[in-house]
Amino acid sequence: MPPSEPLVELNGITKSYAKPVSLFKRQTLRAVDGVSLSVRQGETLGLVGESGCGKSTTGQIAARLLAPSGGKLLYRGEDVTGAGAGALRQALRRRIQYVFQDPYTSLNPRFPIGRLLGEPLKINRLCGRKERQLRVGEMLETIGLDVSYAKRYPHELSGGQRQRIGIARALILNPEFVVLDEPVSALDVSVQAQILNLLKKLQREFSLTYLFISHDLNVIHYMSDKVAVMYLGKIVETADVDSLYSRPLHPYTQALMSFVPADDLRAKREKIILKGDLPNPLAIPAGCPFQTRCAHVHERCLSAAPSLKEASPGHSVSCHLYA
Amino acid sequence: MKRMKSYSLVLGASFVSVLFVVMLISLVYTPHPPNEMNIRERLQAPSVRHWLGTDNFGRDILSRVMVGSQTAFEVGAVSVAIGLLGGFLVGTLAGYMGRWVDELLMRATDALLAFPGILLALLLVSISKPSLFQTMLAIGILSIPSFARVIRSGVLQHKEADYVKAARGLGAGHANLIFVQIAPNIASSVVTTAALSFSTAVLIEAALSYLGLGVQPPDPSWGRMLNEAQSYLAKAPWFTLAPGLLITLTVLGFNLLGDGIRDLRDKKS
Amino acid sequence: MREAAAIATEASLLDIRNLQIRLGRTRGAGLSVLDGVSLTVERGETIGIVGESGCGKSVLSLSILGLLPSAMRIGGGEIWYEGRHPLHAMTDRDIRAFRGKEIAMIFQDPMSSLNHGLTIGYQITETLRLHLGYSRKEARERAVWLLRKVGLPRPESLLREYPHQLSGGMRQRVMIAIAVSCNPGLLIADEPTTALDVTIQAQILDLMRQIREEDGTSILLISHDFGVIADMCDRVLVMYAGQIVESGTVDELFERPLHPYTAGLLRSIPTPAKKNSPLYSIEGHVPALHERGAGCRFASRCAHATERCRTEQPELVAYRGGHAARCFLAEAEGGNQHAAV
Repeated sequence: MPPSEPLVELNGITKSYAKPVSLFKRQTLRAVDGVSLSVRQGETLGLVGESGCGKSTTGQIAARLLAPSGGKLLYRGEDVTGAGAGALRQALRRRIQYVFQDPYTSLNPRFPIGRLLGEPLKINRLCGRKERQLRVGEMLETIGLDVSYAKRYPHELSGGQRQRIGIARALILNPEFVVLDEPVSALDVSVQAQILNLLKKLQREFSLTYLFISHDLNVIHYMSDKVAVMYLGKIVETADVDSLYSRPLHPYTQALMSFVPADDLRAKREKIILKGDLPNPLAIPAGCPFQTRCAHVHERCLSAAPSLKEASPGHSVSCHLYA
Repeated sequence: MKRMKSYSLVLGASFVSVLFVVMLISLVYTPHPPNEMNIRERLQAPSVRHWLGTDNFGRDILSRVMVGSQTAFEVGAVSVAIGLLGGFLVGTLAGYMGRWVDELLMRATDALLAFPGILLALLLVSISKPSLFQTMLAIGILSIPSFARVIRSGVLQHKEADYVKAARGLGAGHANLIFVQIAPNIASSVVTTAALSFSTAVLIEAALSYLGLGVQPPDPSWGRMLNEAQSYLAKAPWFTLAPGLLITLTVLGFNLLGDGIRDLRDKKS
Repeated sequence: MREAAAIATEASLLDIRNLQIRLGRTRGAGLSVLDGVSLTVERGETIGIVGESGCGKSVLSLSILGLLPSAMRIGGGEIWYEGRHPLHAMTDRDIRAFRGKEIAMIFQDPMSSLNHGLTIGYQITETLRLHLGYSRKEARERAVWLLRKVGLPRPESLLREYPHQLSGGMRQRVMIAIAVSCNPGLLIADEPTTALDVTIQAQILDLMRQIREEDGTSILLISHDFGVIADMCDRVLVMYAGQIVESGTVDELFERPLHPYTAGLLRSIPTPAKKNSPLYSIEGHVPALHERGAGCRFASRCAHATERCRTEQPELVAYRGGHAARCFLAEAEGGNQHAAV
């Protein structure tokens, strides 16, 4: 039973980028626009959305790889948004880790595996060489690879094996909170299954808390306890996984869920095919960002942006239909 | 196509090694003292006693050419070292820090690049007394832009790579990121540039000493020898041939070596 | 393995017989990338090829139009189009007449398959003028018509835009527009929706269905996504390590897979019902080209492998209704089993 106080909280996080359009004009790209999330210890929060919705950026902010433009990041109740140098940053670094999406680019091609895994320990000066080797060996075994792999180079490994190394590297510092950004998207289905099983096993063994980011609805369902749906930088709905998948409220979530196959992959589900494309993220219209593709759009949606409100216990949605 | 690539590395490496060995030998032994004049034996064609003949002062051309190789290697090595160091500083700062620092440094580099190399070298060298050191310094400064560009582009490319972000996320500081994470990934393109800069350095030195700057007489230098030889082109063609051929071979050798290393790197990645 | 073609009086649209693709330029030598692959596509049919990375499905699709990388070559077998054009034996020059005209291809990543430096308009009209001899004006008109057909807004102004100005979904539509511009009989789609978001993916598949209905185009659809395959295809071929290991209709495959690999793949797909237990995953890994032994290529990962499986190569055998599998176990059971994993 996870404690009621969240381990990690994001409050009103925003991240904007200024894009110079011409010599004097600049456009603001609001990659993340007022996102609030919370994850409890031992839980997995799934963050789902399509490309450009800002989920990766949110993940990197949660893992403290990126500084937000606004808003607060709380860890165990403490405000760590601006934690600059020193002991706090070091301590946090060990508690919060990040696994990259692309197993092909996230490992330094010039380092052997043993060195890649030992690097976190070395950089943080946590132990001497002997102990490092020991820990690296242990970690390799934990992720199901033979100790001899320490001498190999990334290009000698398959995508699945590389992803395991990426996960192992994140875990070698014994973190509490791990942000996983599309960890299985680049992998084949059968390898994907192995990695997901590994992630779940590690979560149990090391009492980890996950923020699991993906665009794959099946994978999100399999891994998550709670799910948040993002669209163009905003959270449009959040609920525990079963409620979200069985009773989606937001029209966007409904469309997404219509693509989740029933257990029988052939079942012809009534697919909600959204018209139109994602609007240009540099020119998001006023009002609800989903207006350009929503089947239920009405006047209020064009002028006023909805906010995230609780529709039923534990299930919140940002839509005028439920305001 | 494939076979041509492997030739570059092999040929280049062979030429360079042979030259290097010859240079080493010349440090301790030459067939004749290079500066010993013997007017009676001047402008003699190649013979058993003088393998490459004698010059207008009766000096043994082979010995002079051998000692000249010392100059070539010295100039090459020192100027590449200067270029590498300077280029590394500029390139890393520009690439890593970006924004106005990048702009400033790159425009300065462009300005340097815009100067015709030999003229700039001439300028620098003629400001003070011509000497080998001035030459090396001038050429070194001239080669900074090439290194700076290559290093900057490598740093820019790898700075945003996931694995660098990963290292940053693990707590690595800037020094670690630059020297430990990124450096091995740009090493081979830097080595290629170094090989090519070496040959350029040799060429510029030859030009400078041909023009009378750089190494001063009576010390031999290939360029200076060419200058001395040109008046005797009809009478004693071997005199021109020796230094000219050596300059060509050295430049070719290092260029091939540079190409070969680059092809090797391309195949690996 | 040929379908019972005695009844059909018309030759199949595409008939691939025992295709072998080898790595290496010299005759006789080289590792085998594809081994004895046979398939047919009839008019109006949509055939799916499903498999994981390294199984050779992309190589198969490239070989039809002679687009193999220079390191590979056709080492044996035949590719017949409309029963009378031997694509496998044609020179590059002759095949060019087919590319984009009779047979068109769309690829996974529209950003790299479209030329960054040329406008959309140029790229569409180029094909029309090359193959159909249209004048500039005629080609432009048809281009606008095509863009509208694939559901793109403001087609006239789109002609002047460059690929990077469009979204991924729009670019894929442009690719489809170019592909169908000369009304091909066969459309080869290699992972057309893999790079796209799920909502856009649905749009693109819908578009392909529309084209299929309107123009009667046959489709050869390659994907690793079973959902996409199930959605679009009449018949499916499952590939593993350069061979076809199972083929049949979508229903046959899903209801009663005959090959353990197919069964294993289907079981590894996470679906809501599997939530609280570990996902099934197939042991081991796909053998590399040089690791393929004499026996069944799946033997090292199969829980039911016998000695025979490890030493002898099973043939692709058709059972009741044309559902075929390459497995000794299936042979023993006469194709009546449901492959267990």
